[in-house]
Amino acid sequence: MGVLATMEAVVKRPVFGCQMCGQCVLHSTGMTCPMTCPKTLRNGPCGGVRADGGCEVRPEMRCVWLRGYERSRRLPLPAAWKDEFNHLRAPVDNRLRGTASWTNLVTGRDRQTPAGWGAGEH
Amino acid sequence: MSRLEQALGEGRFVVTAEMPTIDGGGMDEVRFQLEPMAPYLDACNATDNTAAHAHASPLAIAIALQQCGMEPVMQLVCRDRNRLALEADLVGASLHGIENVCCLTGDDVTAGDEPEARRVFDLDSPQLLATARAVASGRYLSGRAIEPPPHLYLGAVENPGAPPFAYRAQRALKKARAGARFLQLQICFEPRLLEEFTAEAARLGVGEHAALLPSITILRSARALRYIDAKVPGISVPAGIIERVEAAADQQEACFDVAYGLAQHAMAQPGVRGLHFISFRKDAGIAALCRRLGIPTHAERVEHGYRSPVPV
Repeated sequence: MGVLATMEAVVKRPVFGCQMCGQCVLHSTGMTCPMTCPKTLRNGPCGGVRADGGCEVRPEMRCVWLRGYERSRRLPLPAAWKDEFNHLRAPVDNRLRGTASWTNLVTGRDRQTPAGWGAGEH
Repeated sequence: MSRLEQALGEGRFVVTAEMPTIDGGGMDEVRFQLEPMAPYLDACNATDNTAAHAHASPLAIAIALQQCGMEPVMQLVCRDRNRLALEADLVGASLHGIENVCCLTGDDVTAGDEPEARRVFDLDSPQLLATARAVASGRYLSGRAIEPPPHLYLGAVENPGAPPFAYRAQRALKKARAGARFLQLQICFEPRLLEEFTAEAARLGVGEHAALLPSITILRSARALRYIDAKVPGISVPAGIIERVEAAADQQEACFDVAYGLAQHAMAQPGVRGLHFISFRKDAGIAALCRRLGIPTHAERVEHGYRSPVPV
């Protein structure tokens, strides 16, 4: 892991439980890391959320997406970030795991999607 | 064009059901399970390792259903396959003329009998829908061409009965925008939650993209109700319903009454264009329930153009 990636991990792991996917979407998911969802879902909660809000996989943990949803409404985030909550996020690029999302943000690497992503969209 | 697509396109009321899982017994077992409900169905779902238990694969069951003269809806879940395997199944299905595909997240491996398995979730369900839409437009995710493009009719699932309740219709809209043309809603034992979901879905315009097909299940006992309440992720059964069935002289009949009440209520909600039935074994209950609800057989619906009893 590079210097920047190490720094990012030091800052984001304790606060957000950062998994170092290298393509951070925290701002659009209510400052709640979707990679901490046991199913690593990036587009909202699965249908298995328990009646009490517990995670299907780890009942003692509140559903990550339930927290993200509540925070996206409650936190004083920029309106553009709040709007992004409902956007369709592209599949994870598994090659970026362990790299610094800060670098990937600056270079635009984190927004590169496969050529066929979005095909057929009207 | 699949007959499900045609029926929904023409505004006809549709009935789909889940094929019970198949392990042994071959085609005879498939025919045996299908036979009692077949006359009422537009299409039948070939499930994909339900509740994270291994069974005959959805592609194999979908082909078997076709061989029985039944149109399949092939389910694909994100739990067991990465994007390459999912794309391969989509293109492989179209090779066999299978067009209806229902894209789901999938129960976690911990819900099943092999909880030590690796969970995949390389894609999530909206991403799988968008991938299937790309395939239908003639592109793999990589951008590589598929010539000619396969025709697919895509659907998904949404759960009106799981938190965050106020967000579920928004998630249904996300799936509709990603390509879902039908949404088979998870079984919901609380009419109020289904009402709130369909009202919000109508407000968001989900119905302009996708037909809502609420799921109804027919169980046989209070014990079965208690089991799905405890064991099936995302389904809660109110204590009142369980107590009512428990107190009944004939529990099977009481369960049938519960299913009838929920189905009748679901059919009256905005955006509802049909029903999806889930039973867990060979069960003539689906046919009996359709008759009690006044839903004609598939052949009669086609002949007379039977529509939903409420305006959609």
